[in-house]
Amino acid sequence: MAQKELICIVCPLGCHLTVEIDESKEQGIKVFGNKCPRGETYANKELTAPTRMLPTTVKIKNGILNRLPVKTEAPIPKEMIFPCMAVINEVEVEAPVKIGDVVIENILGTGVNIVATRTMTAK
Amino acid sequence: MNYDIVVIGGGPAGLASAIEAHKKGVSSILVIERDRELGGILQQCIHNGFGLHIFREELTGPEYAERFIEALKAMGIEYKLDTMVLEIGEDKCIKAMNEIDGFMSIKAKAIILAMGCRERTRGAIAIPGTRPAGVFSAGTAQRYLNMEGYMVGKRVVILGSGDIGLIMARRMTLEGAKVLAVAELMPYSGGLTRNIVQCLNDFDIPLLLSHTVTEIKGKDRVSSVVVSKVDAHMKPIAGTEVEYECDTLLLSVGLIPENELSKQAGVEIDPRTSGPIVNESMETTVEGIFACGNVVHVHDLVDFVTAESNRAGANAAKYVIESRKKAFSVINTYSNEGITYIVPQYIRFENLEDKFNLFMRVKKVYHNAKMVVKADGVTIKEFKKNHMAPGEMENLVLEKSLLNESIKSLTVEVIKEVV
Repeated sequence: MAQKELICIVCPLGCHLTVEIDESKEQGIKVFGNKCPRGETYANKELTAPTRMLPTTVKIKNGILNRLPVKTEAPIPKEMIFPCMAVINEVEVEAPVKIGDVVIENILGTGVNIVATRTMTAK
Repeated sequence: MNYDIVVIGGGPAGLASAIEAHKKGVSSILVIERDRELGGILQQCIHNGFGLHIFREELTGPEYAERFIEALKAMGIEYKLDTMVLEIGEDKCIKAMNEIDGFMSIKAKAIILAMGCRERTRGAIAIPGTRPAGVFSAGTAQRYLNMEGYMVGKRVVILGSGDIGLIMARRMTLEGAKVLAVAELMPYSGGLTRNIVQCLNDFDIPLLLSHTVTEIKGKDRVSSVVVSKVDAHMKPIAGTEVEYECDTLLLSVGLIPENELSKQAGVEIDPRTSGPIVNESMETTVEGIFACGNVVHVHDLVDFVTAESNRAGANAAKYVIESRKKAFSVINTYSNEGITYIVPQYIRFENLEDKFNLFMRVKKVYHNAKMVVKADGVTIKEFKKNHMAPGEMENLVLEKSLLNESIKSLTVEVIKEVV
């Protein structure tokens, strides 16, 4: 049986969680130290399929700024962060852009779009 | 030029206060912004986590800003960009200038100060060593990277674990830099725990608590920095020096409310917050001059800035429309054991809503403690707190019915509960 320490990031309390993992059982994850049920959900997700939002920028031509802020429309698997960054950094868009415009569709087959997080007028 | 309300600063505080004043019936409003666009610091804070309180959803900084900018434009509120306010004179006469209008004298019935804050610099904390290129305040680096498109370095050490420092550790890593360490003078981080997990732990970036930078080396560009452990009195311990080869040092060592204009206008400053002393209406010690956002005290969440600015906007509108004076019973607020400061610094009983807020910061990390509010020495309310830290602002909601006209003081203190 393995043990793991986690810090819950659901709310600002930041509970220190101890997780016991028993791989021989189907419901083999036990969580201790959480002050509310959300800690258990977080720990389960964090240990089985951790996801993160990815906010970053892309190059933009002819805009009032040199970079356009973008984000993943939904959280992506944690291990996809750097592969996605490599794709995003190859992209260049042209102003004008509207907030919510899709910059990259279904990035690397994750089913998640990269969208603009601001409107940018042309120079 | 004449306006009912002039708002100085077009960031989150200025935008929210102008919109709220308009909603409350004042249409003659001018927002003055010195940058090339509205939105303030939010435009460079491209990460998510904004708006959970106000919009019940998680937005990035630019998305949060755009909602307010669109609302402002839809109301037809006037604004001037690239415009610098030089002086707030007597009788609320504002001297400002820009390239299009030249020099302007703008007369206002009420003024809202919303200038925000600036970052502390290397000079302010006096780090010894040479003076090479490659030392940036974290916010400056953030603007370079996220808006101008310049990568500021490849091997990075960060001093200070406030939220901007943590966010920049992740941001630099995502863009291909190696962040060697985040050093923090205090024995705890000044940032939100979720940021330590998402920004440092996710990328295996070490957080060195009770450490500081004791030397910067390099001739033209930073070549290395020396990091030392500090003792309980925050003095570096000889023999603990570790040298990190790097080309960049980012400083996230605190923010200072920017109050040159406020001081000029005769507004009294609280030395604990470095911001104007304000009352329950966010009015400063000069009648008709209001203040809100980071110019008053540094906030950790923009949602709280918006709430505070709504109050400033509503009260500025009330001041313009009613413009009547009244005698008030003043209740001063005092921070006792464990509390660094309280905003507002005083409240006027007659002007209170049924419920009102006191904002404050605690001096250190507390677990299972309670906050006790006393009126003239008598306990009127207690708040149980599982967890409090200096990096997280506390907001106590009190009822007007707990007070009366004869009360002179309100105090708040932390009592560590015996568990």
